[in-house]
Amino acid sequence: MDSISIIGMTSIMIAGLTIAIGSIAPAIGEGKAVAQALKSIAQQPDEANTISRTLFVGLAMIESTAIYCFVVSMILLFANPFWDMVIG
Amino acid sequence: MNLDPSDIVYFEWGFIRITATLVFTWVTMLILSLGSYLITRNISSKTEISRGQNILEAVIETLRKQIKDISKQDPGRYLPFIGTLFIFILSANVLSIVPGFTSPTGSLNTTIALALCVFFSVPIYGIASQGVGGYLKEYIKPTVVMLPFNIISEISRTLSLAIRLYGNVMSAGVIVAILLGVMPLFFPVVMQVLGLLTGAIQAYIFAILAIVYISSAS
Repeated sequence: MDSISIIGMTSIMIAGLTIAIGSIAPAIGEGKAVAQALKSIAQQPDEANTISRTLFVGLAMIESTAIYCFVVSMILLFANPFWDMVIG
Repeated sequence: MNLDPSDIVYFEWGFIRITATLVFTWVTMLILSLGSYLITRNISSKTEISRGQNILEAVIETLRKQIKDISKQDPGRYLPFIGTLFIFILSANVLSIVPGFTSPTGSLNTTIALALCVFFSVPIYGIASQGVGGYLKEYIKPTVVMLPFNIISEISRTLSLAIRLYGNVMSAGVIVAILLGVMPLFFPVVMQVLGLLTGAIQAYIFAILAIVYISSAS
């Protein structure tokens, strides 16, 4: 196999693996956070504003790990630096 | 498919390069400043106010209340900076439903610039409120051992602020583009609506995190 097909193959496989494995942990984390927040809102409906604001900020923090994985896989697929090196 | 509107170059002369990011940032700025100018041209303090003035007053009141809730300080000092960030990001994200408009926040250049603004505003607000010594003491809290970690967190949170906004806005566009190829009938519209929701939430989160970072140092 020449180097172009090796780079293409590994990029596609690793991009899929990155987003697949990288979204497991954030999904579990977000699920736990939302469940806990709903529980707290059910217990103390008066504090719903504060809880949901903190929840949003926390969700954004958790989600950013998944977003990093997404950005890495997008770079591998559409803006791969090694690909350009071989082609150019 | 292009991942960054900065790849579209309209005009290039020497080191001056007019990209789509720049043009659409100008469009957003133009819409915001023109709208504000038209509304604030004839504001009144009577009970009868125009619709535009009502909208702007509601926006400012909400911003002030949110900043006060989070920072537990007087919101007046933070309002210009945080409000600008929030309104700019929100309108840039929401305007992406206009056909032909590419959101400037979908470019890593814009988001890094915004995150750098937050990065530099933290020491500025911190020094303004508690002096140079007081601000620098924040770095050796709770002990001197934490100094390198505090510096690392300062840099990494700026990076994550930029990448988070970029990734969210860019991913909405990429998903719509992929779905247009797979099933172009109805689903792209649903994802576009979801993208609007994500855009609004990301604008809120960017502003909230900026207040949290700034108010923790001052």
